[in-house]
Amino acid sequence: MSEAVLEISGVSKRFGTNLANDNISLSLAKGEIVALLGENGAGKTTLMSILFGHYVPDTGKVSVMGEDLPPGKPRAAIRAGIGMVHQHFSLAPNLTVLENVMTGTESLWSLASNVSAARKKLMAISGRFGLRVDPDARLGDLSVGEQQRVEILKALYNDARILVLDEPTAVLTNIEAEKLFSTLKDMARQGLSLIFISHKLDEVMATADRIVVLRGGKLVAERKAADTSKAELAELMVGRAVHRPVRDAATPGETVLEAVGVTVRQDGVDRLKAVDFHLRAGEVLGIIGVSGNGQTVLAQLLSGTAQRSAGDLVLYGHGIGDLTVAEAVEAGIGRIPEDRNREGAIGEMAIWENAVLERIQRFSRHGLVDRRAGIAFAKKIIEGFDVRGGTPVSRIRLLSGGNMQKLILGRNLIERPRILLAAQPARGLDEGAVAAVHERILEARRAGTAVLLISEDLEEVMALADRIQAIVGGRLSPPVKAEDVDARRLGLMMAGEWEKEQVAHAV
Amino acid sequence: MSALMDILASAGLWAAVLRIATPLILGTLGALLCERSGVLNLGIEGIMTFGAMIGWLAVYNGADLWTGILVAAVAGGVFGFLHAVLTVTLGLSQHVSGLGVTLFASSFSYYVFRLMVPVAGTPPTVEPFQPIAIPGLSDLPFFGPAFFTQTPPTYLAILIALILAYVIFRTPLGLAIRMAGENPHAAEAQGINPMAVRYGAVIAGSALMGVGGAFLTLSAFNSFFPTMVQGRGWICIALVVFASWRPGRALLGALLFAFFDGFQLRLQTALNGAVPYQLFLMIPYILSIVALAVMARRARVPQALMQPYRRGER
Repeated sequence: MSEAVLEISGVSKRFGTNLANDNISLSLAKGEIVALLGENGAGKTTLMSILFGHYVPDTGKVSVMGEDLPPGKPRAAIRAGIGMVHQHFSLAPNLTVLENVMTGTESLWSLASNVSAARKKLMAISGRFGLRVDPDARLGDLSVGEQQRVEILKALYNDARILVLDEPTAVLTNIEAEKLFSTLKDMARQGLSLIFISHKLDEVMATADRIVVLRGGKLVAERKAADTSKAELAELMVGRAVHRPVRDAATPGETVLEAVGVTVRQDGVDRLKAVDFHLRAGEVLGIIGVSGNGQTVLAQLLSGTAQRSAGDLVLYGHGIGDLTVAEAVEAGIGRIPEDRNREGAIGEMAIWENAVLERIQRFSRHGLVDRRAGIAFAKKIIEGFDVRGGTPVSRIRLLSGGNMQKLILGRNLIERPRILLAAQPARGLDEGAVAAVHERILEARRAGTAVLLISEDLEEVMALADRIQAIVGGRLSPPVKAEDVDARRLGLMMAGEWEKEQVAHAV
Repeated sequence: MSALMDILASAGLWAAVLRIATPLILGTLGALLCERSGVLNLGIEGIMTFGAMIGWLAVYNGADLWTGILVAAVAGGVFGFLHAVLTVTLGLSQHVSGLGVTLFASSFSYYVFRLMVPVAGTPPTVEPFQPIAIPGLSDLPFFGPAFFTQTPPTYLAILIALILAYVIFRTPLGLAIRMAGENPHAAEAQGINPMAVRYGAVIAGSALMGVGGAFLTLSAFNSFFPTMVQGRGWICIALVVFASWRPGRALLGALLFAFFDGFQLRLQTALNGAVPYQLFLMIPYILSIVALAVMARRARVPQALMQPYRRGER
């Protein structure tokens, strides 16, 4: 574990006025797993892009096995044995797995691809590390977890001895993530060296040998995983002590929304199967489950983009028919969509336009958009919800994930909705932003909003929810009180094991 | 009905189909190569016109026919380079740039033509390619005169289709071209320069378009007039979609279109003015739209088609 395979020394990189990397030095030993921990914008990705030759550093250098790498040359980095697994996969969905892996590995001027040799090599690597794939599958037909496997195989195929993974779990479910980390540990045992970028404390503590913390472009600390704690790391990463807010006792009011035996059928499949739940004012109902079990449809049902095929919905005491999106907005249902980039915001449009879009009628005058009122509204959200990094007229795409989420929260909560639908509200956010989002949700709850929280994060649900139901295969478990469960029991519920004991704990 | 059968059974029809198809094959392959690398090249109509003019002009001024073809290829490549500068380096809209290239190349062709060739009542002519009978095969009954008595560029076009299919699907270069058109960031991450790949593909593809144009003046006809490409370039763009970006299917598509065209020509004569001939002229286009609608629904478009690549930007 002593010989250094990778040495980054004194690297600095400036973008305009922003010093993204400030004199960073870092080394990596053979067989070691180092976690690069930091909030969004701390400079982690910039550092890795320099390592991989995507960016040329202003000062400093990178050396592999004692040899300096020429700056700005990805090809040289690959040849030196560095493999990069990007957060947004560098893969082509229309090509096969084998083609994706082979690209660029042979001389461009050779008259024929040696496909059979490539296949053999790929299968050998795949067997050695237990990364199973079908080499002839079209990449676009694979799940996200499988695609990531291809991305890792691609790096290994190029004989990588140093593997860099940029936020590898951002797109994975919990189970896929666990599998990934056991693979990574296995790789380290086989002599590979790994750096993975993350802002998730749990996975960093569980997987890394050594943890390097970046903040504001500077390397602020380096710790052995054995010698530190999550609390210390969180503080180092954010620069101050962070506490996720805790929920105080609820005083639930009247029932605002009730679903009785609701079934939603899509493309011939029952995505929701006779689910029952009710939401009460001033209370958070947590729906926990591994993603892909019907959460998306549940959220669509309440935002008016999916319709029931059976069952009843009772809103504020009245049975309702099919809900349209406009009616959902009118009825005071605020929504935080699961995928904020695709459903929550239109990247190329201004922040103020995104802020007013769902109530555009109110911001129209004589058939024209009232720009001034819209900008004022956006300003109110930006100030009230501490959205940083943009003005009302800048494009929303330029905001970080956390700030975009705060804006989406703001545009919903500023109107004091009676119901808030929050689907995976903290997904992909860093520690500081998670705390802010949670605080806002609890604040809405205190103000009497009924919150439906859909999440696959145990910790999040246990921190926020008063009552919890698990969703498995489109079915909902009966609710249990948050006080009555622990992580283990929730885990069992997520696996569908509630039938036997449901009566005892049902609320 | 028997009139139809007579038409279909005549070797003359099938010989004409191959002749009509040749510029379409070359143009479609050219456009296909550009698009596989991620660049839509709507300059095709103008590049074919310029190729037709400059190839003819070279021969008119004493060059031999193959030199004429070569000149057309080089000229096509130059326009391809222009399109690549605009769309790859500068990252401009590929539609707009392509239409600009077409307008520019078309007018420039006419300008050069007028500059070099005096106005005359009957357009000047050159001695075009003559059909070559392939020994042995051309003696076959029906098939001989139908398929094996063509001018050399026709054989060349079919050969190029096969070569291009091989290059795209069987060589590392072809994989690099496809990757540049599917995900240039991934290509870059694997050490391939997608900009260079796109330049190469656009230049080579445009050269094929130029040759396709030159076929018109050096083989199908023997003189140049400015409107002679007559929308063939646009048909090629549609044929690329019809072919799902596969050279083999592009060959078939071009032949199919040429078949409709050759068929309607003969149908006009067979029916002898009973139906306005303009209706027949429409047939190949209508059938292409139908075929396109059927085929293109299953097509897999290169994912990065029409997306400029900028390093480091996602």
